[in-house]
Amino acid sequence: MSKFVDSIKSNKKLQSNLITFGMVIILYVICQSLAAAGILSNSMKGLLIQFCYYIIMAVSLNLTVGILGELSLGHAGFMCIGAYTYGIFAKVLSSGNLSRTAILLISLVLAAIIAAFFGFLIGIPVLRLKGDYLAIVTLAFGEIIKNVTGSLYIAKDSHGLHFSLNGTSDMVLDADNLVIIDGPKGITGLTSGVSFTLGTILVIITLIVVLNLINSRTGRAVMAIRDNRIAAEATGINVTKYKMLAFTISASLAGVAGVLYAGSLSTLTSTSKNFGYNMSIMILVYVVLGGIGSIRGSVIATVILVLLPEKLRFVNSYRMLIYAIVLIAMMILNWSPSARAWREKMINKIKSGKKVKEAK
Amino acid sequence: MSFLSNLINGLSLGSVYAIIALGYTMVYGIAKMLNFAHGDVIMVGAYVAFTIVSTLGLNPIIAVVTAIVICTGLGMLIERVAYKPLRNAGSPLAVLITAIGVSYLLQNIALLIFGANTKIFQSVISVPVIKLFDGQITISGETSVTIVCCIVIMIALTLFVNKSKAGQAMLAVSEDKGAAQLMGINVNGTIALTFAIGSALAAVAGVLLCSSYPSLNAYTGSMPGIKAFVAAVFGGIGSIPGALIGGILLGIIEILAKAYISSQLSDAIVFAVLIIVLLVRPTGLLGKKITEKV
Repeated sequence: MSKFVDSIKSNKKLQSNLITFGMVIILYVICQSLAAAGILSNSMKGLLIQFCYYIIMAVSLNLTVGILGELSLGHAGFMCIGAYTYGIFAKVLSSGNLSRTAILLISLVLAAIIAAFFGFLIGIPVLRLKGDYLAIVTLAFGEIIKNVTGSLYIAKDSHGLHFSLNGTSDMVLDADNLVIIDGPKGITGLTSGVSFTLGTILVIITLIVVLNLINSRTGRAVMAIRDNRIAAEATGINVTKYKMLAFTISASLAGVAGVLYAGSLSTLTSTSKNFGYNMSIMILVYVVLGGIGSIRGSVIATVILVLLPEKLRFVNSYRMLIYAIVLIAMMILNWSPSARAWREKMINKIKSGKKVKEAK
Repeated sequence: MSFLSNLINGLSLGSVYAIIALGYTMVYGIAKMLNFAHGDVIMVGAYVAFTIVSTLGLNPIIAVVTAIVICTGLGMLIERVAYKPLRNAGSPLAVLITAIGVSYLLQNIALLIFGANTKIFQSVISVPVIKLFDGQITISGETSVTIVCCIVIMIALTLFVNKSKAGQAMLAVSEDKGAAQLMGINVNGTIALTFAIGSALAAVAGVLLCSSYPSLNAYTGSMPGIKAFVAAVFGGIGSIPGALIGGILLGIIEILAKAYISSQLSDAIVFAVLIIVLLVRPTGLLGKKITEKV
């Protein structure tokens, strides 16, 4: 046992990771005990599952933005793919005798695979571009995914699946048909509600995947590419392979978040509010405010920023206004060189003040 | 004939995109930042014109001029308060997130002042309808004014950038900030001027856009803003003729896709064309190819 403790003490990275996991678990225990004690309001209970999928989104986006160093503005598109995977799967099997938990678990695996596949497919063209061009193409892909899922009609009858872009009246269906996706109306009649425990388990799995990746040979290769692509290539790192790998894993995790999101709804639609670029940007805000490349920062920033608009409800119509001002103020205070210099001066002042006192 | 009238509508929408894209591309060229709040300046311009024409009942020309003045001031204010402190922050993402914050701020101020209901914008243009081919094609006053405005702005801007001292200073700053400063160019002033011009163009675009598509709410500007950004990238971001070509092509593709393929998928088609163009020409149609140094 003491050997184990020693090995933790000597390994700084492991320590830091354990703090992150501990934080999530403590947060979970606090939320669960508050819920059990009946202190949590209904709106707060609704927030619990939001914490989970937003944390997964933020952590996975941080893999692309922070570790791989490429700005992605289409992360919500992968979430959309995950959500629709679950929606279609749950709808098709709703008449079967599978339990809801089984459906959830199978669609989690399916969503991760399908989102990864799309991540791979989109990654091929996207990762050839650089900087702002890459950003705009990811935004374009996100919008395309949202747009197509929002106008797709899928129905099932005894002949199999039918697809259309114009409406259900366009398809020749048998009497026993089941409309799975009804275009802009989306997927209706889903069972809503995912347990917070499942959400937390998925958050922890995400953290394990991402943190292990960062601390592995692969992660170091990815970060080498971020810091200097040419130097990394010269040392024999296969740039395309590692870029694709990081991007695909990031997409796959976003798909998992999508299942959690869809699982908490009874009607799943694809609109610019939930899967548009606004959502991708919101997640990016979490990542940047938490600190680019810092996984723990993403978790903390997500919890605070999901909670903030909810806690500002008492100021009602002013809440998004305050949110915007807080966002601008935080960015300027955190990043502007003059604010940084001032902060350092104040810290030095406090430190030297202490020294003067000690000298006396 | 219907194809021709669709083409003219596309040209009109494309002209609006081009005017917005000009603002985007100039700001990007000089400050190397994606100004996400640009779309919301369009919305502010439209609301100002709406208030003056519909609420106060004044002359449309006063409305357009006031909208331009207020947006110019707003653009410079945003630049001074939100972007300037972060200019040397060393992280392009910091400015990007601040721009998103400004975008949220403008939207929510508009929501507070004007409410969430969509307003019907009263057109400020009173130019007669043009009829061609015995009335088979009708070109509304809004369409012709939009296209003429775009051409005039384009010519004026090209002359300004290439002939005037301030325009040359802009080119110099976008090329190399440090060297420009050494040559005695007021870099901060030049960047502020760029934001002022971009925002003035956004006000014009807002009035033109809402005259053709008269519904106005706090989010009116965000989608055209994103589309214009796409147009700017399409033509090669940082290039003024690129913004014009990108904007007009985008407008025509969007209207034709709506008319002949699917109205719901028109946005997806626009974005798909962008992706294809960028795959063939990674820096846009007229973008400069940057060679990488080791």
